[in-house]
Amino acid sequence: MPAIVQGARVVCSGARLNPDEDELPNNLHPGTSVNGSMSSSLVEARGLTKYFDELVAVDGIDFDVAEGEAFGFLGPNGAGKSSTMRMIGAVSPVTAGTLAVLGMDPAVDGPKIRARLGVVPQEDNLDQELSVYENLLIYGRYFGLSKNVIDERAAELLQFAQLEDRRDSPVEPLSGGMKRRLTIARGLINQPDLLLLDEPTTGLDPQARHLLWDRLYRLKQQGVTLIITTHYMDEAEQLCDRLVIMDKGNIAAEGAPRDLIERYSTREVLELRFPVGTQAVNAARLDGIAKKTEVLPDRVLLYTDDADFAHTKVLEVGLIPESTVSRRSTLEDVFLRLTGRSLVD
Amino acid sequence: MTIAGSLRVVEAGARVYRRTWRGSVISTFLNPTLYLLAMGIGLGELVDNGTGGTSLDIPYLTFLAPGLMAAAAMQTGAGDAAYPVMAGIKWRKTYEATLATPIGVPELLLGHLGWVAVRLIFVTTVFALIMTVFDATTLTEGMSAIAPAVLTGLAFAATVTAYTARLKNELGIASMFRFAIIPMFLFSGTFFPIEQLPNYIEPLAFITPLWHGVELCRGLALGQDFTVHPLVSVAYLVLLVVAGAWLAIRTLRGRLIS
Ligand SMILES: Nc1ncnc2c1ncn2[C@@H]1O[C@H](COP(=O)(O)OP(=O)(O)OP(=O)(O)O)[C@@H](O)[C@H]1O
Ligand SMILES: [Mg+2]
Repeated sequence: MPAIVQGARVVCSGARLNPDEDELPNNLHPGTSVNGSMSSSLVEARGLTKYFDELVAVDGIDFDVAEGEAFGFLGPNGAGKSSTMRMIGAVSPVTAGTLAVLGMDPAVDGPKIRARLGVVPQEDNLDQELSVYENLLIYGRYFGLSKNVIDERAAELLQFAQLEDRRDSPVEPLSGGMKRRLTIARGLINQPDLLLLDEPTTGLDPQARHLLWDRLYRLKQQGVTLIITTHYMDEAEQLCDRLVIMDKGNIAAEGAPRDLIERYSTREVLELRFPVGTQAVNAARLDGIAKKTEVLPDRVLLYTDDADFAHTKVLEVGLIPESTVSRRSTLEDVFLRLTGRSLVD
Repeated sequence: MTIAGSLRVVEAGARVYRRTWRGSVISTFLNPTLYLLAMGIGLGELVDNGTGGTSLDIPYLTFLAPGLMAAAAMQTGAGDAAYPVMAGIKWRKTYEATLATPIGVPELLLGHLGWVAVRLIFVTTVFALIMTVFDATTLTEGMSAIAPAVLTGLAFAATVTAYTARLKNELGIASMFRFAIIPMFLFSGTFFPIEQLPNYIEPLAFITPLWHGVELCRGLALGQDFTVHPLVSVAYLVLLVVAGAWLAIRTLRGRLIS
């Protein structure tokens, strides 16, 4: 077991000092056993809980993030993703449970942890009065980097963020996507061991999102450990090696995107749209066609391994939907299956 | 908490100022000039030729200038601790960005006050120069009021930061200026000795931080007798700096590290 994990254990819980119990946490979390045993955990949470007064934002969750992986929190609004990220970022005290970040306790070693993190918050907090370069400079200085080092890195980062030609322009007029890329560049100025990205592409148009995904994918390939929150299932599928599905402060499931889909959904889905208000009535007539039938307000989903075959069956029953779409299962379906609700409302 | 961390926050303040200095530098020069012209020379002539000439013993302009310097420091200290702090917390969220780095709340707060101190030194030095140009005092006299004026400004910066950190919105800032800063400006001995006030208000003026600042500035610049021992005034202002900073750290922590 690599030293960093040992360190994390010591910090996070005195009760686990017993080396015999070393394997226990991993066994409890089957999804982490492969990664967990190959490399060290950068983040380790057990029973992690966050209250805001009476409100439970994070309700005792367990997860590990291994070095070099892209780990995701997928969940709808209010699931507790940002609350979790802020605790990892050592800017929000843990209410209960244990959390070790880079082998340290955020309550004790906040500054040391933050020195090695890159943070991209949900809402951009760039200094709008400053230029693109000045934002990097001031931020780098907070980490105690010399101006020379910052200048060198800023040149690389601006290239990475495709903002070279905007180096000296003010931040304010930049597009949403540019600001987001600058925030990411800023988060990388200290060459962090771990980059936290809270909803990196929310609010961006599709083109800006794809550009951002491309940049994040490059980081991943360079071996930067990423923790990403998102409520876009396509983002989670594209970027995350492994993710947890979060809902109402709890983790509903954990695994690689394809594994989760295999585990909780069928290979394909047939979406049928009937006239408004008749979804349930029509769905009742489709009994037995699919492994599982899900009735939504605006359509009926048939979970099946062969959507075309299911389609024929639907026609055989004599139903003519207004529209039909056959597609592969996604994490959206996993979420629906686990919580009974859609991810994006 | 490290000194180095606080200094980095001061440095950031300076870098931001390089972008935004124009407006504030103009008022740094213009305000003293206008006030000394209007009140010191315009009004001063009337005062000196009236009963003021005998009761003040010195030209009104000379009486006014050091007190006005303390008041200018108050304005700067309170001003820099009001809207800019609100922006850091809420509007531009620059504090959130800073606190995601190794910088903690105490360093952020001390760095903020450190930068305000730099600004105060600049503002009061300019003030001393303009006082000299107006022949209100000699340069040495004017310069000797700088230290107490900076202390006065810091007392306001610390307490107003603590106050602003609690505010949900900017309405509280306008009320503070209306009900605290402007009355102090007018009635804390800047423009006339507080003995001129009705007896039941006088003690009120006596407990305002600005009155102690004005006393120290005037006493040091003009070599006049102090009403209370100057160390009492210094201790009072230092206490406000420390208590304000402590309270500001607590409040900011509660709000930003939630
Ligand atoms: N500072 C705070 N004070 C009080 N309640 C909070 C605070 N931050 C979050 N909450 C509450 O905690 C719950 C979880 O919020 P959180 O921001 O972690 O969710 P999220 O998954 O990030 O949602 P979103 O997708 O909308 O960003 C919500 O009910 C939210 O209102
Ligand atoms: Mg969030």
